[in-house]
Amino acid sequence: MQTRNIEIIVGAFMLAGILSVAWLGIQVSGLTMQESTGSYKLTAYFNNIGGLTERGKVTIAGVLVGRVASIDLDPISVRARVELHIDNSVDYITEDSIASIKTAGVLGEKYVSIAIGGAEDVLGNGDVIHDTQSAFVLEDLIGTVLSTLFNEKAEE
Amino acid sequence: MIDYLQRLGASGLATLQTLGRATVLWWQAMTCAPDWRNGPGLLARQLYFVGVYSLLIIVVSGLFIGMVLSLQGYTVLVRFGAAEALGQLVSLSLLRELGPVVAALLFAGRAGSAMTAEIGLMKATEQLAAMEMIGVDPLRRVIRPRLLAGMLAMPVLAQIFNVVAIWGAVMVGVHWLGVDAGSFWSNMQNVVDFDEDVINGVIKSFVFGAVITWIAVHQGYDVVPTSEGIAAATTRTVVYSSLAVLALDFLLTAVMFGVD
Repeated sequence: MQTRNIEIIVGAFMLAGILSVAWLGIQVSGLTMQESTGSYKLTAYFNNIGGLTERGKVTIAGVLVGRVASIDLDPISVRARVELHIDNSVDYITEDSIASIKTAGVLGEKYVSIAIGGAEDVLGNGDVIHDTQSAFVLEDLIGTVLSTLFNEKAEE
Repeated sequence: MIDYLQRLGASGLATLQTLGRATVLWWQAMTCAPDWRNGPGLLARQLYFVGVYSLLIIVVSGLFIGMVLSLQGYTVLVRFGAAEALGQLVSLSLLRELGPVVAALLFAGRAGSAMTAEIGLMKATEQLAAMEMIGVDPLRRVIRPRLLAGMLAMPVLAQIFNVVAIWGAVMVGVHWLGVDAGSFWSNMQNVVDFDEDVINGVIKSFVFGAVITWIAVHQGYDVVPTSEGIAAATTRTVVYSSLAVLALDFLLTAVMFGVD
């Protein structure tokens, strides 16, 4: 009887542990059960990816539709090759869509935003997004502004 | 000078010998055939002593640590107008660091010391020798269930600690200080990753549990069988396992979350 009680309490203790992990998974890390309907691969080439990282978000109109799978340098064109994994349910990214790297907030994380175009053909697994906009780099902008200002002064 | 060097070398060798003995003890206890006649019963009893008895201190400390974290985080974040980021601050620091580490330190003080004292007293009163006399292997009957119980109980305790601490943080942050509940939770869910944060926390606490019980059991098994010996061994258990937890935490953090 004593042993049985102890075993019941220990069982409840272990159950509390499992429930804690489940609660942390669902409520705290936002794990959803119906995830992974599968995804397909798109590739985009950027001149400059700024601070984009792997596992970064891919959004259309601000809605999360995929993740950045890998980033590496393409040795031929010497541009950044970014592989995007897009949810299978989003199968209407047209051929003339534009992928651009944006920043969430002023100092926030970088993400890829896709603007859908009006073409008939739809991109499928392994296709390439041709139109891209590189990351907005603050230093470059400041450099451009400063050099314009100095050039104007010099002309005067 | 020679004398000094000699003593230094002797103490180094003695430390190595202790480490070796502890490793052999762990290996023998873990690889011996499990005692199935009352195997699960022994393990359940140890889980009860090590885990269920530690539950109260874990829950109470978790609640207060969550509340304090929320209060401190809020006073800093609200200066930058970023009080909504409280959820991610609290959940990340709890899941990655504070949960496993504080639970492990409490566990070392609460369960590790008791384990050392119990085994030490068993040795001092020659119960262990008596067991061997009647053909019961003390490694199988005494040591192994305790090692397993520590490895199982520690992750459970750390996760319960995390849950209670996040509740405490919600209580202070959302209900008292008035951070918006929706942005509190959604910020948290955006940042926390299940594999990276929750599972790594579970792995951390598993390692801590294994190390703490290993130290506690070895200190008890290796005790000088006097009352002073038991007192010294209990103290050593708490000191060594706290230091081991903090040092291992740095190593594990560097491996898990380090810059890649």
